[in-house]
Amino acid sequence: MSALSLLPARRPVPGVFVALTLALAIGWLVVLLDGGQLFNQSTTVSLLHVAAGLGLVAVGQTLVILGGSLDLSVAYVISLSTLVAAETMNGSDGAILPAIGLALAVSAGIGLFNGLLVTKLRVNAFIATLGVGLLLKGYLDNGYDGPAGTTAPSLVQSLGYQRVGPVPVSFLLLVAVTAAVWFALTRTRFGHHLVAVGGDPEVARLSGVRNDRVLVTAHVLCSMCAGLAGIYLASRLGSGAPRVGTEGLYDLESIAAVVIGGTALAGGRGGVIGTVGGVLLLASIDAIFNQLEVDAFFKQVIRGAIIIAAVAVYARRAMRKAAA
Amino acid sequence: MSDPPPAPLLTLRGIGKSFLGVRVLDGVDLEVAPGEVHAVVGENGAGKSTLMKIVSGGYAPDGGTVEFAGASRTFRGPRDAQRAGIGIIHQEFNLLPERTVAENVYLGHEPVRRGLVDRRAMLDRTTRLLASIGETTLPADARVGQLGVAQQQVVEIAKALALDARLLIMDEPTAALADHEVELLYGLVRRLQERGIGLLYVSHRLAEVFDLSGRITVLKDGRRVTTVDTTDTTADELVRHMVGRELSSYYPDRAAPEDRGPVRLNLRDAGNQKLRDVNLQLRAGEVLGIGGLQGSGRSALARAIFGVSPFTTGDVTLDDRPVRLRSPRTAMRAGIAYVTEDRKGEGIVARQSVLDNALLASRAVFAVRSGRTARTARVRELLAAVEVRGAGDDQEIRFLSGGNQQKVVLARWLALDPRILLFDEPTRGIDVGAKSAIHDLVRRLAREGAAVLMISSDLPELLGMSDRIVVMRDGRVAGELPAGATEEEVVALAVGTAREAAQ
Repeated sequence: MSALSLLPARRPVPGVFVALTLALAIGWLVVLLDGGQLFNQSTTVSLLHVAAGLGLVAVGQTLVILGGSLDLSVAYVISLSTLVAAETMNGSDGAILPAIGLALAVSAGIGLFNGLLVTKLRVNAFIATLGVGLLLKGYLDNGYDGPAGTTAPSLVQSLGYQRVGPVPVSFLLLVAVTAAVWFALTRTRFGHHLVAVGGDPEVARLSGVRNDRVLVTAHVLCSMCAGLAGIYLASRLGSGAPRVGTEGLYDLESIAAVVIGGTALAGGRGGVIGTVGGVLLLASIDAIFNQLEVDAFFKQVIRGAIIIAAVAVYARRAMRKAAA
Repeated sequence: MSDPPPAPLLTLRGIGKSFLGVRVLDGVDLEVAPGEVHAVVGENGAGKSTLMKIVSGGYAPDGGTVEFAGASRTFRGPRDAQRAGIGIIHQEFNLLPERTVAENVYLGHEPVRRGLVDRRAMLDRTTRLLASIGETTLPADARVGQLGVAQQQVVEIAKALALDARLLIMDEPTAALADHEVELLYGLVRRLQERGIGLLYVSHRLAEVFDLSGRITVLKDGRRVTTVDTTDTTADELVRHMVGRELSSYYPDRAAPEDRGPVRLNLRDAGNQKLRDVNLQLRAGEVLGIGGLQGSGRSALARAIFGVSPFTTGDVTLDDRPVRLRSPRTAMRAGIAYVTEDRKGEGIVARQSVLDNALLASRAVFAVRSGRTARTARVRELLAAVEVRGAGDDQEIRFLSGGNQQKVVLARWLALDPRILLFDEPTRGIDVGAKSAIHDLVRRLAREGAAVLMISSDLPELLGMSDRIVVMRDGRVAGELPAGATEEEVVALAVGTAREAAQ
């Protein structure tokens, strides 16, 4: 018996948290030299707000990617969800619950549709969810020129702006959703089966897993997470916004966060904790560059470089593991 | 008072199966008793795998009945067979490398308490299961990807037992194991026997069949030749049962001694990950046949010579000059051509035209501009010469029959005027007519001075075509046989019963 096999299965802290610490340390120093202060109340709050929005989407995205699928329609689901929520509320506090319920139900429906396309019709997930995204885009572009509906004031006050110390309520929501998804992945059959389907669909099928059902469930949950992000954004903006999802690049950024967080794009390996790390890293870089007033285009270049570097690091690790 | 023989666990009667009109199994009977190790042996293509897939629910038989544990069964799929208590350990493991041992063992039926996966119970039960088959050092929470092959096999077996398997099928279980690991497997098999589990043991290696089994069934060409008690037979007798067809088809004349030229390719103690200490000489004008079982290193040899996975040790000389063939490109430039075994995957570009496919190698090796028209004309001539039928040169190659595709692949290599040709299963999946055309072509190339190395699992073809036969086993040269050798001699070398004096 080799000593290797005695290593515990628990993987160490994902590298993304090392990168996050480094980024914050360097950022803090650079901002300090620039004559600013990175960790003041307002930057921390806005950092956590950015993380909350992206995080909700990315946590959902983690589920489908773990299962070997992908969701490119999330950006449009977010936009649609802001509109459904804001228009249903129409400024009335009494309509909050029905509005949230309806927005989540619509999102879940889209997720169901995505999931069925991927599993029953065997359409490649990339194409299927891109197509569904374009369908939604058509509806949004045709029906809306600008903001519509009004978010209920008490939701704006609570989910949109309320804080516990420097921590926004929305970030606490992200923590709660993350914990729930983590629990589902590690402690439920659904979670075990999802990772198995992503790891090797054939092995899963031969072991009695109902692959299709598992994957459809993941798609529904992913879309609901995007819907939740939409509700948060509606409470932040005070109204429904037909372009907020695409302008925020939530589709590609959520995938980037998942990958930076150490989840394999092919599925079967990774987890939701790493994803939150990836989200915080992206949000921190955002905050640092804002402090430094870096040119927006240059910012994009740096983010691109970080994403590529992250994937390259993971690829190297996988290679070394394979060689060992 | 003697005990009555135990009721059989599995009874197969008259099992038949055809694929696309080709009969691969015909009236096969087989019985496995609880606690029995029943070995199934036969050449490549004898129908062993198909039979195992039928037992484990992978295929439905066209005819015959499967009786398991006293009831007649029709399995709708592998899961159905698993539920009934039949587990199969494939050569390729069905495990998730990123998950733990316990997660793999209980995948699909995780123990649940109050709706949640009970990880404690999963680990405990896995540990107990492993202990029950004598494996006490393997932690249930180790990641499967970190385990060695032998341990992964243990996990596979535990996975089958977790589903209460009463019959286990092991398909070439030692193929991937190192020598010392085989001993561990022996112990495992005996413990499974003690638990009353029936085992169907498929193996090429007669030594372990004799070590482990109680009865042996020999398959040949889809039929059961015989079932014997292991104690009543010998390796030689088994080999005789496994082979023994007549050389029915026609093969072109072999090379006369004066046609055999100088040594073209010489391998001295050559080796890599899959090959060890290969010594081999290939002469101009001859067809050297390479025999052996699947995975014995036949293809690895061709791939090493062609630079796909190059030799890492030993010396290679080409026309007495030392060479290093590090990539297919260097091999091609040295005058070597390689017709792969996997025509669909590696031989043709399915959606390109016949002409494009035939030009592939020339275009890759020669500068783009030099003599393009001349080259195209040459390739068109070659396509005509190898008699590609049923299509114009501009037809997509995927619409051609396998035989015609193979001819296009040949034309591609002939365009380079190769001096050494490596053929890996050149006639697999090809109809009879095209087969003999390819045989003629191969022989003609040798007669014109090329050195030909031909790998074939088709024993009559190997014996009919070769001027000499080298048999591989476990990555080494097991022995060499002259033209006119018998199938028994080849198989004996391939499975390792022959005294090494055959060298």
